[in-house]
Amino acid sequence: MSTIAAVSTPNAMGGIAVIRISGEDALKVAERIFSPYGNKKVADMSGYTCAYGIAHDGGERLDDCILTVFRAPHSYTGEDIAELSCHGGLYVTKKVLRAALKNGAVNAEAGEFTKRAYLNGKLDLTQAEAVMDIISAKGERELKMAESLREGAAFRKAEKCSSVLLKILGDLAAWADYPEEDIPEVKPEVLSEELKEVRDELRSLVRNYDSGRILREGVATAIIGRPNVGKSTLFNCLSGCERSIVTEIAGTTRDIIEESVRIGDITLRLSDTAGIHETDDVIEGIGVDMAEKMIDKSELVIAVFDGSCPLTEDDLYLINKINKNKTIAVINKNDVEQLIDTSLLADKIKHIVYISARESKGVDELRRNIEEIFRLNEADFDTATAANERQKRCVDKALEGVENAISSLEIGEMLDAVNVLIDEAEQSLLELTGKKVTEAVVDEVFSRFCVGK
Amino acid sequence: MTYKMGEFDVAVVGAGHAGIEAALAAARLGCKTVMFTISLDQIANMPCNPSIGGTAKGHLVREIDALGGEMGRAADKCFIQNRMLNKGKGPAVHSLRAQADRVKYHEYMKQICEKQKNLFVKQAEIDDIITENNKIVGVRTSLGAEYSVKAVIIATGTYLKGKIHIGEVSYESGPDSALPSRSLSKSLMDNGVELRRFKTGTPCRVNKRSINFDIMEKQDGDDDIVPFSFETDREGLENVVSCYVTYTNSKTHEVILANLDRSPLYSGRIEGVGPRYCPSIEDKIVRFSDKPRHQLFVEPMGLTTEEYYLQGMSSSLPEDVQLAFLRTIDGLEDVEIMRPAYAIEYDCCNPQQLLPTLEFKKIGGLYGAGQFNGSSGYEEAAAQGIVAGINAALKIKGKEPMILDRASSYIGTLVDDLVTKGVSDPYRMMTSRSEYRLILRQDNADQRLTPIGHRIGLISNERYEKLLEKERLTSEEIERVSKLNVAPRDEINEFLEEKGTAPLSTGCKMSDLIRRPQLNYNDLAQFDEERPELPWDVCEQVELQIKYEGYIQKQLQQIEQMRKMESKKLPADLDYSLIYGLRLEAVEKLNKVKPLSIGQASRISGVSPADISMLTVWLMHEKGE
Repeated sequence: MSTIAAVSTPNAMGGIAVIRISGEDALKVAERIFSPYGNKKVADMSGYTCAYGIAHDGGERLDDCILTVFRAPHSYTGEDIAELSCHGGLYVTKKVLRAALKNGAVNAEAGEFTKRAYLNGKLDLTQAEAVMDIISAKGERELKMAESLREGAAFRKAEKCSSVLLKILGDLAAWADYPEEDIPEVKPEVLSEELKEVRDELRSLVRNYDSGRILREGVATAIIGRPNVGKSTLFNCLSGCERSIVTEIAGTTRDIIEESVRIGDITLRLSDTAGIHETDDVIEGIGVDMAEKMIDKSELVIAVFDGSCPLTEDDLYLINKINKNKTIAVINKNDVEQLIDTSLLADKIKHIVYISARESKGVDELRRNIEEIFRLNEADFDTATAANERQKRCVDKALEGVENAISSLEIGEMLDAVNVLIDEAEQSLLELTGKKVTEAVVDEVFSRFCVGK
Repeated sequence: MTYKMGEFDVAVVGAGHAGIEAALAAARLGCKTVMFTISLDQIANMPCNPSIGGTAKGHLVREIDALGGEMGRAADKCFIQNRMLNKGKGPAVHSLRAQADRVKYHEYMKQICEKQKNLFVKQAEIDDIITENNKIVGVRTSLGAEYSVKAVIIATGTYLKGKIHIGEVSYESGPDSALPSRSLSKSLMDNGVELRRFKTGTPCRVNKRSINFDIMEKQDGDDDIVPFSFETDREGLENVVSCYVTYTNSKTHEVILANLDRSPLYSGRIEGVGPRYCPSIEDKIVRFSDKPRHQLFVEPMGLTTEEYYLQGMSSSLPEDVQLAFLRTIDGLEDVEIMRPAYAIEYDCCNPQQLLPTLEFKKIGGLYGAGQFNGSSGYEEAAAQGIVAGINAALKIKGKEPMILDRASSYIGTLVDDLVTKGVSDPYRMMTSRSEYRLILRQDNADQRLTPIGHRIGLISNERYEKLLEKERLTSEEIERVSKLNVAPRDEINEFLEEKGTAPLSTGCKMSDLIRRPQLNYNDLAQFDEERPELPWDVCEQVELQIKYEGYIQKQLQQIEQMRKMESKKLPADLDYSLIYGLRLEAVEKLNKVKPLSIGQASRISGVSPADISMLTVWLMHEKGE
């Protein structure tokens, strides 16, 4: 069986994260990415012992870590296991995991550690069902995660590359399979140019892939509320700078302003919108329209209400607009006398937080609610990471295939051989959507070319 | 009134390209075999283009030959023009195509079948299959004759409830005005076979003397003919006819568009699903309206007839419209139609009901082959025919079935695609359907399949020895050129520069030079004094195996991966709803296909990696107990 790796700890700020590597080559992989201080050697370490040292990827120093070694069969999976405990936080953890994947480990499938433990007789048969449960549930979640990843910018880029490759493959297939039809000839020079464009695109994708979606692209977040409840103040309080113009006149925020801020381990892509209220003012109207669209597009909505006055018609209009599952109601201005009746809100919205944006109070409470919504407090982090990592591995493999195809063309190889390399690249990208390259190409040929007797 | 007419091991229903290969294979493997056809004069008929091979299809013919089938030999005996397609696009996509003499092909195949030991050819319409406890025990003809049999291979082509459409007219018919098979569908359905309706079409045939060839482009065959069969001697093969190319134009399109309402396709009278790769001319014009012209090939039907075939012009428009649009085309201004184009609808099965042996999962001893399985094309049919015939015989003899995997052949790819993925329109083989194209070349079909054919008993010892000899010579020569040093000399460097590749500064191996894309094995003979005299096919293998070594290694690794998954066998009668934790969609799909291995399961659409993970755990758990 192959050697697998994954982040085994849940997301937690400031704690420790464990990267677990299991399989025949676990210690070899660990040796390649971890150097103990002093003259200890990973290969010489016996089971249940630790070493303090440094994790690295190529020349890059990643983090101080502790390596714990388990020798088969005395481990969770029954195989050799190397566990690297590094400092928590998404970024470093992912880098360490990626180093392991580059050095001989493959991404663990959903529930694979447990599956191996079971297969190696570390769990008894009565636990079989529980194991299946885990795999099944994780599989579902991973599927969902992969689906949600599809909305990310990185995925869209990968998808674009995939469609260009598919077009190329369609050209090649039609040309090879229908030599007697008047199909345009595939010219190696043209092919090479097209491939180079895909290569550049994939390269930039790989460079930018350093963090997962939640970390890198953040959660699309809209701050909404009727005019003058303190949206911009909250926005500024979260983003730590004065990007939005904050005034006392209703309707000052005409444009949607975007800013990324980090709360704990999560990045919010904040949009501050014009207040929602039915308005006759044309310019403001456009802003309101956009705000309503923002609500639909956002993954998180922070609805701001003024705690110092009762709910207005506009507030109620707003409450009806929002999707309660992804909304946090923020009652602002809790530093002055409270006149708001929150019972009306409580029916509609589960997460209610009291803050004073002006005094930056209650932000921690807001963070806890956000984490709860995205279930970051549950052990979902490894799934998210795995899904992200898988995406990156696919892009890596695709890039390799495209680069090989380009160099094959350069030395003048026949197109049938080049074709197989492009196939490989496209298969890697199609894995993101679960399609098979052979079928995709056949469909492509029939939809684009007029072929047949 | 019924009566007994004897006992046989295998009955084949249909004597088209699938039926023939099935019957010959079964008979040659020692099974007493009876082959039924509605008309003896339709044996091995080519109701569409009298052409064998073409891209990917040419591969199939070579593979059928390598297994011990008949199609390749027949094509070599009956061709009137032969060409290797895709020269210059790389050996993986080289494909043979032959224009055959339709009448001669029929006569050749009919006589081969008549002379075959153990094979009995009979003219009869089979109305019923007879089963007991979900097992085949016999067949019944429309005259009431009953034959006791152990296996039945259905190879009914477009005969099964065949219905021809020409414009507003439609009538029950088999191809080329043969009688259709009217009752067998019901008998199959009564036995639980799920049937569906497909359609295909064929263009009209015209009289040669009404064609003006002078203003058409001429297309000749190859000077250096490569035969289909590995047994055919290349000496003495020659082309005797030319084909021609002409084009439709805006007038043609106008006539067609003005009469679309008279097409049964557009009026909805045809319910069957047609093939995507074989659109009718009206379909092409509607779907690709920006194309100013479509090409058509004008091809002879044989040497003893003046009939010509118009490839590219399949249509179901009325006869008068056909004539009107043909006469707008250059060279066809005075054309006379002999047989109008028609569309034909027929019954076929959903091939997901079949095992990779082509036996029905639910009815022991019942096999399907050819168009009945949702494919299209003579070659695809013949390929399934030989698979069904071999497996019926092996089962009767109590031997292990022959299942060709995707890495072994296009035949294996075809069968796996059919039984695992199913079909939504008639299935045509294409090189892009194979993920292992660089291994599955037409030139090495013998190396891939002849050992299997020999083990089964369809390939003689003599032929097998010949293959071993070819392989021995090939590997010896590869070894020799891999060790042979070539020193940098003026003479060779001039040659290299002339070929557009870098001159040598230090010595290298001969094989390194062969590997260069700009050079080939034969060109380098002048710098290789010790080169032995070798047959052309050995030289070809030496060159290809050296040139593609890197790619071949890569594909071999992929194949190894695939075979690992393939070796994890799943029980054929497994009820997937009982496996805890599989997703609902997966359960449904898995229960429909009942894959034989984890590998096959992973190719079913709608089965996710997590589902495969579950299956693997389940399987290991089962084994553990």
